[in-house]
Amino acid sequence: MARPNLFLMLLPVIAITLLGRALPTWTLSLAAIAAANALVALGIVVLARTGNVSFGQGLFFAAGGYGVALIANHFGLTDAVAQMLIGAVCGGLLGLVIGPLIARYSGIFFGMLTLALSMVFYGALLKTTVLGGSDGFNVGRPTLFGIHFVDTREADFMLYAIAVVTTGLAAIAAKILFQSEFGLASLAVRENNLRVEYLGISANRVIATNFVIAAAFAGASGAFALMAQRHIDPQFAYWTTSGEFVFIAVLAGYQSVSAVFVASLALELVRSFSNLYLPNTWQLVLGIFLLAVILFLPRGIGSLWSRERRKTGDSAATPAGEGAAT
Amino acid sequence: MNLFLTIVLDGLIEASWLFVVALGLTLVFGVLKILNVAHGSFYALGAYVAATTVTLVAAHSLPPAAGFVAMLISVALIAAAVGLLLERGLLKMFYGRDEVVLLLVTYAVFLILEDTTKLIWGVNPIYATQPYELFGNVEFAGLYYVGYDLMLIPAAALIGLAVWYGLNRTVSGKIVLAVIHNEEMSVSMGVRVNRVYAAAFAFGVLLASIAGALTAPKISMQPGLSSDVIILSFAIVVIGGLGSVEGAAVGALLVGLARSAAVHLMPQIELFMIYLIMAAVLVFRPEGLFKRETARRI
Repeated sequence: MARPNLFLMLLPVIAITLLGRALPTWTLSLAAIAAANALVALGIVVLARTGNVSFGQGLFFAAGGYGVALIANHFGLTDAVAQMLIGAVCGGLLGLVIGPLIARYSGIFFGMLTLALSMVFYGALLKTTVLGGSDGFNVGRPTLFGIHFVDTREADFMLYAIAVVTTGLAAIAAKILFQSEFGLASLAVRENNLRVEYLGISANRVIATNFVIAAAFAGASGAFALMAQRHIDPQFAYWTTSGEFVFIAVLAGYQSVSAVFVASLALELVRSFSNLYLPNTWQLVLGIFLLAVILFLPRGIGSLWSRERRKTGDSAATPAGEGAAT
Repeated sequence: MNLFLTIVLDGLIEASWLFVVALGLTLVFGVLKILNVAHGSFYALGAYVAATTVTLVAAHSLPPAAGFVAMLISVALIAAAVGLLLERGLLKMFYGRDEVVLLLVTYAVFLILEDTTKLIWGVNPIYATQPYELFGNVEFAGLYYVGYDLMLIPAAALIGLAVWYGLNRTVSGKIVLAVIHNEEMSVSMGVRVNRVYAAAFAFGVLLASIAGALTAPKISMQPGLSSDVIILSFAIVVIGGLGSVEGAAVGALLVGLARSAAVHLMPQIELFMIYLIMAAVLVFRPEGLFKRETARRI
């Protein structure tokens, strides 16, 4: 396997960031939210390579958001880059606590436990009056390297750039990770964790590490969602929020990193267009869209362009039981 | 002492309808191995259909008892139809796919049903209170209860017993158990598994909708009903063990009692409590309280 060329991978990130100068304002914020959501979904894909799907990424999403919001309000820290980092650290630290505990579980139990934990957090947030209870609270505008953005278009572009660069860097890191020894061990854990143990690798540690990565991604994304909305409430941790992230991951399929971004963008587009034209039925459209993708593109949107990979890494790149469907 | 009794009674009432919902969820999981996210939507569907029927019957100035019976019949018919349609028309196409994919299919169904109910019944709360006075008020050890609420307890017990009897003491029930236990073996023994699937799914939908209908007179129907119910019934079946009837009963009792205790003693920790129990059960007995661990294939 050839080592990935770092420069070649950085190019699209730079290009997409610069493209933001040419995009109309409404696409700018839409693309920014899509990029940030893609970051959480990317974490789910990272974790899914060990065969486990988390239905509680909203937990880390909310942890990142609340952590950043509290620090911003108490210490006046408004720098966007610092906020993203703090969000990732908050999510990652929580993941570090939960990951080793949860790594023992597999399949549906893993999913249910992550869901339960995020709902415990949601329930706790709902009743914590110091944090605004169900209403949440507001935070100020983010700044970047000491610059205050007065012009809304400039502020939108700043957020867009932050989201695209963060998700882009995370995607590159994920790509490198996937081809590393550790990334391949993760795939092996999905295929058969007992055999991995026989080979002298701790399957639980592999799962826990991937879990922490996914949690950090979700935390950073939560920090971004906070910056974009300038408001936070317990809805960040609700199960439908987590469900949407899994939705993006499955839409993308587990084989291509760029597909996650495309899937997230597709979801945001479908959502905002149906919001615009069918204001009361956007969930209906979303549901039909999801069914159509699962039915007609069983390997996700990514299968549209990463077809040639199927031969080399077939059993590795798709979840079990999907082979017959195509 | 009075407080204790109130907590227990309220908990039992809560547990009774939760049990019926969770029973449907656990059966569908047992037979089809699908964790049905749309299950809460079927509960909501039952509640909405019941409300419409009750209002229609009341508009024809028929007695509330007629409304109660009509509501159960109409809900049962619609639930069976919706269940069969969904299983044969949609879920069938996804069998053999990954667990998570099937879960997302039901998530899509949840999204679709969420908006469909909004389209049909609107977003304003609707009520169906007529049958609520049907059983009068009951005095019980110095506490006054609405008869309808107390009636839910034996109703749920009856449904539970009927399901248990049907599964364990009849031939078709034993066929269902065989499919739950080992699907491949059942097929080779000549069981038409696809029929069992369709029937089990429709029955699961029926149970959720009946629970919705039974609670319809007590509550106001509005959007968001389904996502709250599904999250409670998930907790119940996970506590009891996915696919176990006894587990659903114990899980429902635990959740019902925990909820009512929290409401009466410390209202701020209600939802938190339930998920804490669920997380605790998962940590110590990941297979649930009532399920034996199964050997895995290597």
